[in-house]
Amino acid sequence: MAASPTVEGVRRAGLVRVRRQLPTSPWLFAAPGLLIIGAFILYPFVSTLINSFTDRRTLIPGEYVGLANFRELLHDDMFWIGLRNSTLYVVGVVPALVLLPLLLALLVQKNIPGITFFRSAFYTPVVASIVVVGLIWVWLLDERGLVNSLLEAIGVGRVGFLSDQWLLLLSAMAVTVWKGLGYYMIIYLAALANVPRELHEAAAVDGAGAVRRFLTVTVPAVRSTMVLVGALSSVAAFKVFSEVYLMAGPDGGPAGEDTTLVMLVQRTGTGLTGRVGYASALSVVVFAVTVALMLLVLRADRREDTP
Amino acid sequence: MSVLEKQPSAVRPTERPAPVRRRRVVDEHGRRVRAWELALRYALLLGVLALTVGPFLWQLSTSLKGPTEDIFSSPPKFLPGDPTLHNYERVADTIPVWDYALNSLKVAGANVVTNCVGSALAGYALARLRYRGRRVATLAFILAMLVPVEGIIIAQFTTMRELGLNNTLIGVVLPGCVGAMNVLLMRNAFLNLPYEIEEAAFVDGANSWQRFLRIALPSVKGTLAVVAIFAFMGAWDDFLWPLIVLSDPSKFTLTIGLNYLHGTFANDERLVAAGTVIAVAPLIALFACLQRYFFRGVGEGAVKG
Repeated sequence: MAASPTVEGVRRAGLVRVRRQLPTSPWLFAAPGLLIIGAFILYPFVSTLINSFTDRRTLIPGEYVGLANFRELLHDDMFWIGLRNSTLYVVGVVPALVLLPLLLALLVQKNIPGITFFRSAFYTPVVASIVVVGLIWVWLLDERGLVNSLLEAIGVGRVGFLSDQWLLLLSAMAVTVWKGLGYYMIIYLAALANVPRELHEAAAVDGAGAVRRFLTVTVPAVRSTMVLVGALSSVAAFKVFSEVYLMAGPDGGPAGEDTTLVMLVQRTGTGLTGRVGYASALSVVVFAVTVALMLLVLRADRREDTP
Repeated sequence: MSVLEKQPSAVRPTERPAPVRRRRVVDEHGRRVRAWELALRYALLLGVLALTVGPFLWQLSTSLKGPTEDIFSSPPKFLPGDPTLHNYERVADTIPVWDYALNSLKVAGANVVTNCVGSALAGYALARLRYRGRRVATLAFILAMLVPVEGIIIAQFTTMRELGLNNTLIGVVLPGCVGAMNVLLMRNAFLNLPYEIEEAAFVDGANSWQRFLRIALPSVKGTLAVVAIFAFMGAWDDFLWPLIVLSDPSKFTLTIGLNYLHGTFANDERLVAAGTVIAVAPLIALFACLQRYFFRGVGEGAVKG
């Protein structure tokens, strides 16, 4: 960080001599940002809500149809499959992403020689594109890939990770966890740095073992960070798209059984025949669940606060 | 976060002095780390290292294996017997991979410039300038940050069609070209600067542009670097939005090109491996050079949620 400028420095910079020529309306500063988020975030958000009550298609403006799209949802098998898979994704991924990065942070917390190298190396999957990560694992988990070669070498035999509906979903979850580990590890490292050493020592003097110290000292001290990680990872997990798209294919695996909700939005709403209205109704469900997840996690936090 | 390694400090006298003065490893509080614990830690670290970096190396190894080498052998062969760049030439013959890389670079570069300029300007307006409607503007950015992008892509796509920008690189850049989170990051950075200096400049007759460019901006370079890096990485790695907005194969970015390569030549593992290495190498290089900002960005981004 640069040193803070001083009053003398300002005078030396000769500010006074610069001619006043640019219009200085504060709105001019905010305008580019407001324009972009207005046109490409807030307007699309409102139009998604509006479109969900129409039968709009990509090339046809469409008309108001009331709740027809939402009624159709209830009878759409694909919607229920998508909702099921996205929900399972949250259930499967979030506990792993709350716990494993914390353990990893504890592992890299001590400043032993070479630890900076390990911290950086563990972060590498975060930097890589999800497409690269997805394709790496498609090859690793291939019928003839490395993981199966190793499994065969130790006598387990080959497993169809990418051909079975449930194994596919599980593999995609593992990839999401693998890619997220390093990111949440860094968040936890910052939180762990604030845990007073004395607490650990007091617990150790009282005869608490490593596991007990973890549960009675570390976990309570970083609990708010765990809630944050839980909130971030659950919202991200529910909106999963790329991992499953790449590993199961655009059609969502065998008979589309691995389709997630966002995959369904993408499949339904794009292309020249895209059903924009129906895809918007699906999107509204994505919003609603996302908001509900956030509120749920935050409420769980508040409840634990009151003894 | 301290990422410095402690030098082994003075060795404390022990009851039985070791015959050779060994290097003692101490933790951040100057306490000695026991040998068995250290061995266990390194064993675990190496295990995790194999799990996190191993897959990248396996991909690299696969991409360097020639057409005659068996890539399916069990037990697996980790190192290529006769390393060759043949597969990289083949990728370039199969898809215009260098054009795709250039497209990715254009998109990422534009995203960096627009995000740095746009979020610095807007962040300054939110933090320092006084006007009616400032709270509304702040609220607009907060709301925009909370909207899940996956839920509005269809509407973004129809908006792009209405503007005639679908299937263009501009269309790829526009929706994220001033990220709401970046604006709020810059706002916080400006708020943390001491106000007195700008007040003095104001008294001296400096207008808001001068105060912004000469005083405030040079003091938030660190945050600006974080914004730049995450803008680059976000655009380079993005998949869902370019997939939706781009349909013409000549306009593809690397991630979409890779998806296309995988979809068409899925059975040619060496080829796909070479493609993924081309896509990931620049970012790993960038990360290796600018780690500090990557880690700082995680901290600041997470606090904002």
